[in-house]
Amino acid sequence: MDRIAGIINLDHEQDMLDELTYFRCGAAVPFAGRYRMIDFAISNMTNSRIESVAVFARRKYRSLMDHLEQGKAWDLDRKRGGLFILPPDWNDPTDISRGDLQHFHNNIDFINRTLADYIVISGSQHICNIDYQDVLQEHKESGADVTVIYKKVDEMYSEHERAHKLDIDGNNRVTNIHNDRSSHNVYMDMYIIDKEFLYNLIEKCIAHGCSNFFLDGIKGKLPNIHINAYEYHGTHALINSVESYYRNSAKLLNASEHDDLFKEDAPIYTKVKNEAPSNYTQSSHVTNTMVANGCVIEGEVEDSILFRGVKVGEGAVIKNSIIMQRCEIEEGAVLENVILDKDCTISSGKTLIGAPEKPYVLAKRRSM
Amino acid sequence: MKNKECVAMLLAGGQGTRLKSLTKQIAKPAVYFGGKYRIIDFPLSNCTNSGIDTVGVLTQYEPLILNDYIGIGDTWDLDRKFGGVSVLPPFMQSEGGGWYTGTANAIYRNLKFLNQYDPEHVLVLSGDHIYKMDYGAMLDYHKETDADVTISVIEVPWEEASRFGIMNADDNGKITEFDEKPEYPKSNLASMGVYIFRWDVLKQYLIDDAEKEDSSHDFGKDIIPALLNDYKKMMAYTFEGYWKDVGTVHSLWEANMDLLKKNPELDLSNSRWRIYSKNPNQPPQYIAPSASVKNALINEGCRIYGEVDTSVIFYGVHVSESSIVKDSVIMPDVKIGRNVTINRAIISKGSVIEDGAVIGDPSPDSEITLVADEGSVLATSYATN
Repeated sequence: MDRIAGIINLDHEQDMLDELTYFRCGAAVPFAGRYRMIDFAISNMTNSRIESVAVFARRKYRSLMDHLEQGKAWDLDRKRGGLFILPPDWNDPTDISRGDLQHFHNNIDFINRTLADYIVISGSQHICNIDYQDVLQEHKESGADVTVIYKKVDEMYSEHERAHKLDIDGNNRVTNIHNDRSSHNVYMDMYIIDKEFLYNLIEKCIAHGCSNFFLDGIKGKLPNIHINAYEYHGTHALINSVESYYRNSAKLLNASEHDDLFKEDAPIYTKVKNEAPSNYTQSSHVTNTMVANGCVIEGEVEDSILFRGVKVGEGAVIKNSIIMQRCEIEEGAVLENVILDKDCTISSGKTLIGAPEKPYVLAKRRSM
Repeated sequence: MKNKECVAMLLAGGQGTRLKSLTKQIAKPAVYFGGKYRIIDFPLSNCTNSGIDTVGVLTQYEPLILNDYIGIGDTWDLDRKFGGVSVLPPFMQSEGGGWYTGTANAIYRNLKFLNQYDPEHVLVLSGDHIYKMDYGAMLDYHKETDADVTISVIEVPWEEASRFGIMNADDNGKITEFDEKPEYPKSNLASMGVYIFRWDVLKQYLIDDAEKEDSSHDFGKDIIPALLNDYKKMMAYTFEGYWKDVGTVHSLWEANMDLLKKNPELDLSNSRWRIYSKNPNQPPQYIAPSASVKNALINEGCRIYGEVDTSVIFYGVHVSESSIVKDSVIMPDVKIGRNVTINRAIISKGSVIEDGAVIGDPSPDSEITLVADEGSVLATSYATN
């Protein structure tokens, strides 16, 4: 059996979600009613029989560590392998590595010691349900040094503009990597690479003063290295702004998108909160809404997502909104096109309405 | 290693025949309750929340699912280096072996298990009841009163008292008499099947009882009467709160319906006294535009397109369009087709209800319909009762 180890590299992910990323990195942002963004990246790895996962974290990772704990939720509390949350080491005066190469350099032991022959490296912004064993098969068949994963998107949105795109020839070989808006081949910030090849490339990059492993080490080496392209066909969302967060959250209310992301044979795991089932009272009226456990709903909720432990008072109305953990919407309050971060309270009778294209975001623990 | 102050022994070997086909393949403590839980989650969570970290679970009848469910006990934080949860099935020894012949026998046969912790007190529990109770407070009472045995009792309505084991106690709470299901009860304090024994006392009585050939080796029938007979100090500890024996299909249904009352007596959402349960890792529930949900408890992984009224829905249940689920308990992973009507029923795990099926009798005092047999596909002609 081929062994794969995983690295989730958060180093170059910008915290672009405004209020939602004031105090946490993008990977720790709550998503889809009970998850955090990073749950998808980790679950994809464990569902692909990856038993050793390193998370390269640099900024605002307090919330992330609280969420990940020892990796138990993903079955990563192991004696062999398991979960490693690895911030950079700032204490080595001889260290000349820069950018995310500092992570690779400081944590080279993770790569050295793993029994795996292949490493999957991914970010946390591309929400999908992917089997890396399939990617590995194709990678091996192609004989490539690196296989990058991409999604051919039907419609280009603002979030795709910032992403890298791939030019691919008839043999699935990547000929160019760029930011050109005309290409729909969105690079998903995921690739699989042979361990030895990765190790040598890291050394070279550091010796040459590079600061971004993917851009300098892989993109920059084209066409001298063989980069194979793997097309991912499943449901996909790229979340790198409030707008893309809001629009892609709403997509989950669509049954086929939902079922393609939450597969029975490849579940998405997350930290368990032991909440009771959600309680709908006689006065509740809920339609087209995703509800996590522990909610008590007495009011009206439409086209929305409620995270765990949300309370909606009698006569309150919530439309097109995302309400995060433990928020309290008191009697008669009205919310429309709103994202409430955790622990917010909206007192009775208050009204909060955002624009459909630009939701109103309330930061954590605010009251109105 | 320091000894344990109190070790719990949870009697989970019962078949629960009155639950009919719900317990055909699983032991009663593994029966589902409250949209998310199994009965055994209640005593195990109570132990954890009460600070009791060592629990022996005595299994016998259909232990497969129970064993798998308990695992190493991490669900209840009972995966400990010293102590934690241990599943104790009957076993063979050089001098023979065999099934547990009674509740007292089950514990007698595990004296070695208890000896290794050398506890001061032993808490005996059953896996048949739904309640939230602080065993720590009961242990304090047991120690304060310097009792040999403390039995937890609850006030039951007088007219129902003859269905229970009734404790007669004096003004100081000292138990003077024990009547098993008395025709003319002298008190309405029913035993909850929760006992705390001083370990040295319990050990002696278990050893003595094992030697009696005419004994049924049962706590209620043999051990408690023997202790009373010897004028041991037995105290009644009065519990106030929700406590329910879910031994019949009707009482199981009723206990589920109790959760739907306004401000239910059993509060499952108190974060200081969580009831822990194995997590099925399913996405949040989805309530479709065509759905109507009133007065319901719904768990994750459910997809509701039809109408749900006054019902408890476990995880992974699908209710298709134009179907009505009323006054019912739908256990995990049940798939309900279109135009189905379900009234006053318990649908057991994994059932598939075909389009157009009509199940249950809506009249208020009718018997609760039980649809069991996992994975069965019901024909559209499935009749009521």
